[in-house]
Amino acid sequence: MFLITCPFCGEREESEFSYGHEAHIKRPENPESLSDAEWADYLFMRKNTKGPHLERWVHTAGCRRWFNVARNTHTNEILAIYRMGEQPPKEIKAMIDEKAKS
Amino acid sequence: MTRYSIFSLLRNAMGYHQDWQQAWRSPDPKQEYDVVIVGGGGHGLATAYYLAKEHGITNVAVLEKGWLGGGNTGRNTTIIRSNYLWDESAGLYEKSLQLFEGLSQDINYNIMLSQRGVLNLAHNLHDVRETRRRVNANKLNGIDSEYIGPEQIRELVPIINLDPNIRYPVLGSSLQRRGGTARHDAVAWGLARAADARGVDIIQNCEVTGFDISDGKITGVQTSRGAIKAKKVGVVVAGHCTVMSDMAGFRMPIESHPLQAMVSDPVKPVIDVVVMSGAVHCYVSQSDKGELVLGAGIDAHTSYSQRGSLHIIEEQIAAVCELFPLFSRMRLMRQWGGIVDTCPDASPIISKTPVDGLYFNCGWGTGGFKATPGSGWVFAHTIAKDEPHPLNSAFALDRFHSGRLIDEHGAAAVAH
Repeated sequence: MFLITCPFCGEREESEFSYGHEAHIKRPENPESLSDAEWADYLFMRKNTKGPHLERWVHTAGCRRWFNVARNTHTNEILAIYRMGEQPPKEIKAMIDEKAKS
Repeated sequence: MTRYSIFSLLRNAMGYHQDWQQAWRSPDPKQEYDVVIVGGGGHGLATAYYLAKEHGITNVAVLEKGWLGGGNTGRNTTIIRSNYLWDESAGLYEKSLQLFEGLSQDINYNIMLSQRGVLNLAHNLHDVRETRRRVNANKLNGIDSEYIGPEQIRELVPIINLDPNIRYPVLGSSLQRRGGTARHDAVAWGLARAADARGVDIIQNCEVTGFDISDGKITGVQTSRGAIKAKKVGVVVAGHCTVMSDMAGFRMPIESHPLQAMVSDPVKPVIDVVVMSGAVHCYVSQSDKGELVLGAGIDAHTSYSQRGSLHIIEEQIAAVCELFPLFSRMRLMRQWGGIVDTCPDASPIISKTPVDGLYFNCGWGTGGFKATPGSGWVFAHTIAKDEPHPLNSAFALDRFHSGRLIDEHGAAAVAH
């Protein structure tokens, strides 16, 4: 059990929220022009990062609004919380880029 | 290898059990192997064993970053069954169950297989129809399976709550009499001992940190104990499979979740079958020590932390206490979590990969233990022949391109 700070309601227990899996997956603009492999990549393939991971949560038992969370999947430490449509903070992006290089 | 028997037991009793041979060697890694298996859990050890036994490939190393069977092999609820819906799954899981039935004799190690029967409960009309459908599908595939009503359930499990007025009443159940449990540690240790006896090097505390790939072909692995060359590499690492596929440079349709299990304090024998319910999310059996072995559902979020959230256990225990009111005053002795690699269709991936000579066996999600010998058997064939066995050809990575998914969410018992 961990605590999540809803950007609209404040800090609540994890059990009030539902998980929305990996964030920033863009629906392809021209699905009909995609190959089967490209479509499978969009539909099924996931980062499943061990470490800093960008994901979506929804405050199901509260305001019922969606938001993005950067969480370390190894320690469950929440690194940043930012609204839908926004990009993650720069330091989180740097952390993820560094992880991808190693 | 000293053969275990009544005579070796008597002989060693004379020496106060001081002279037992170590069950497996712990050699330093060689420079090069024909096949390197990454992951020393049940599936990896079974793969190494069948590579040596069925295909005569004995220049094999099993690399384990921790200790043998310390991951999901030692953390599951030890349930074995093969009552899956689709033909592809039926073939694979039934092969595994058949191998389990002869495994103690085959590897000369008592895995304490107990074919006590497995019940999968139905709690509403849809469950009943779906269970009947699955039982019929099992029968068409030659798998023993039957549908039983509340009266027969009462005979098998007198302590179950059959009150029709509870929130999720028990309306019926499937029963696989050949299903049951086995001692999970013994499966790992026995396979390790048998593989070692055929020449396989089992190397613990050796973490793989990278793959050596040239011209799209695997040439070896980088490890915490130095570089090891290999003609072929089989990866069987459960929750960490995308960490491995990232190193190899391709993507997988896998998400890793915590899955929790727990045991109660030990009591006199009270339940002699396995009872599972996918709908209310509980599964119960009683170990030989008398502990109730209970399994919960997965946490919804992805995680590598090997520990889940408390509210998942709370839901699981609520379900157990409604089904078995007499358990309500028992205490839990231990609870733990493992990291399961879940696939979108709740079926495994046992497959070649975009890298030549690199093979993946993963995606077993919440139910890999029952498949341990079968998984190793088909994976050994896939590695040895560089092509899948007919039993696992449908479980290739490219099914996510073709759309030929094998949806076993119904039979998987733990929803994900």
